[in-house]
Amino acid sequence: MVELVCPAGSPAMLRAAVEAGADSVYCGLRDATNARNFPGLNFSPKELAESVEWAHARGAKVLVAVNTFARPGEIQLWRDAVDVVADCGAYAMICADLAVLAYARERHPGLRLHLSVQAAAGTPEALAFYAREYGVKRVVLPRVLTVEEIRGLADGAPVETEAFVYGGLCVMAEGRCALSSYAAGRSPNVAGVCSPPEAVTFSEEGGVLTTRLGGFALDRFEDGARAGYPTLCKGRFRAADELAYLFEDPVSLNAMGLLAGLREAGVTAVKVEGRQRGKAYVARVAGAFRKALDALERGEDAAPYERLLTDLAEGGRETTGAYKRGWR
Amino acid sequence: MSRISLALGPLLFHWPADKAADFYAAVADEAPVERVYLGEAVCGRRLPRMRKTFEAAAERLARAGKEVVWTSLPMPATPGERRVQEGVLRNGDSLVEINDVSALMQMTPDRPFVAGPLLNIYNEAAAAELKARGCVRLCGNVELSLEALGAIHRGCPDLEIELFAFGRLPLALAGRCHHARLHNLHKDSCQFVCERDTDGLAVDTLEGRPFLALNGVQVMSHGVQLAAPPVEDFRKAGIVALRLSPQDLDMAEVARGFRDYCDGRLEGAALRARLEALNPPGEFVDGYPRGLAGWRSGAET
Repeated sequence: MVELVCPAGSPAMLRAAVEAGADSVYCGLRDATNARNFPGLNFSPKELAESVEWAHARGAKVLVAVNTFARPGEIQLWRDAVDVVADCGAYAMICADLAVLAYARERHPGLRLHLSVQAAAGTPEALAFYAREYGVKRVVLPRVLTVEEIRGLADGAPVETEAFVYGGLCVMAEGRCALSSYAAGRSPNVAGVCSPPEAVTFSEEGGVLTTRLGGFALDRFEDGARAGYPTLCKGRFRAADELAYLFEDPVSLNAMGLLAGLREAGVTAVKVEGRQRGKAYVARVAGAFRKALDALERGEDAAPYERLLTDLAEGGRETTGAYKRGWR
Repeated sequence: MSRISLALGPLLFHWPADKAADFYAAVADEAPVERVYLGEAVCGRRLPRMRKTFEAAAERLARAGKEVVWTSLPMPATPGERRVQEGVLRNGDSLVEINDVSALMQMTPDRPFVAGPLLNIYNEAAAAELKARGCVRLCGNVELSLEALGAIHRGCPDLEIELFAFGRLPLALAGRCHHARLHNLHKDSCQFVCERDTDGLAVDTLEGRPFLALNGVQVMSHGVQLAAPPVEDFRKAGIVALRLSPQDLDMAEVARGFRDYCDGRLEGAALRARLEALNPPGEFVDGYPRGLAGWRSGAET
């Protein structure tokens, strides 16, 4: 049975995810230690402990992300977060920084460690390294691999693997992208945030809306067109006299149609992105994936559930991303 | 006071073999750099086309007294790429640069290595983890400020620190090749279109402002890093070497300029003027070392 892992940006969202059928929920503390460090999001240590207890009572697991890279000279904040996770009884901690892994292994040898996608571990050797050196039990796979490559990686791996199947899509290899800090000073690796809100502007002139990040124009919308949140890698740029979505269209990932393939490839868990999206979102996505996974378990096709979520996608458009070779 | 040394970074662009051979010959003859990082550090598909050129360059550079350090891939994708990488990492016991954690499993145990700028080493404790495994030098991730590098240095004082001081900044890597995609080609049959853009392909915003540059699977800054604060700031941050990343211009002159600057014969502003004359492919930037957005430039204030 493939485990369904869903996001929670708040205790209410965590409960909504579990009630809708998530096997596991991942969340983070309300500080710079997690990669969705947005105002008004995430958990206090007390909320975390209460949520873990609530989830346990319902047979669900809580995974806590301490998955940014500690700032030099300020590592204590990350170590404190590790202590909080170890004390709250969460099923596992998701992390990427060698500093965090080393501290957890030394101080809390019983704490189950999952390697965050931010660590960009995409080869058998990298998986083996983290398993051998830090006792990592599960690796969240970078979203640059095809299903075939995942099969090669998961087969015989010393760790469980987890693959993203739904939500916002990083076009670049996660943990290997500094585009956001180049334009706006903060990035996922150094600040747990991509295309930071304080650097985003929307300006309208003559009925045309322009979105900018750090002053760099990312896209332009003629009257009425819906402008989504401006993410750098989904902007429109000019190169070789062509104006285009050079890196990726404003689409989001929906790999529901590939669930059977991912299961056969040997992934332990499938993951939904979107801790910032709220409880209505997670309830719908968790519900749809629950139905699809249950259908697969019964030996049925998951296809009928594929269209359930289209209206949630960015600009209403979806992609299977790197999982299919043609994407490259 | 020890002398800050100069290192030529790996050639990040895919140059035609003849051009690359000429380039390294000129570096061997003319460039005052102590070390040259050699090898493919962007895309595994380029590697077979460049291997002979790099091997010949290694001999040439060694004869000229340069220390050659082989570098390795940041995202070895296929079994073939991983085998080639293993060849680099298992042969010999000389210093190598690693840009992916996989290398730590592939390397001969106890082989000394340089942690490249594409590894996610952001603090002193992570640096110490690598040091315990043989790391002798860290070329800081480009996002790190001088202040951050200084904190790493204080927490891990035996580790040498190198700073990415010149060249377009390597900002992102993808599984997809944007360069091929722009030409309506697939990564797996890319026809090596990246070869046409020897400094990368400029990317402007839709308002015409220069922003980024495509280099195969890599996205780079349009701006060209030029980190030249008062040299004393480098020393305070524990920086022992500056990395000059090859661009399609007179790199020997770049190295001579930096040599004069490091030795106190040239101020930062004068270095800037001297390098400006080489017609770099983008405006000079130095935001990251100053703890700001990477595109910022001290010259603007």
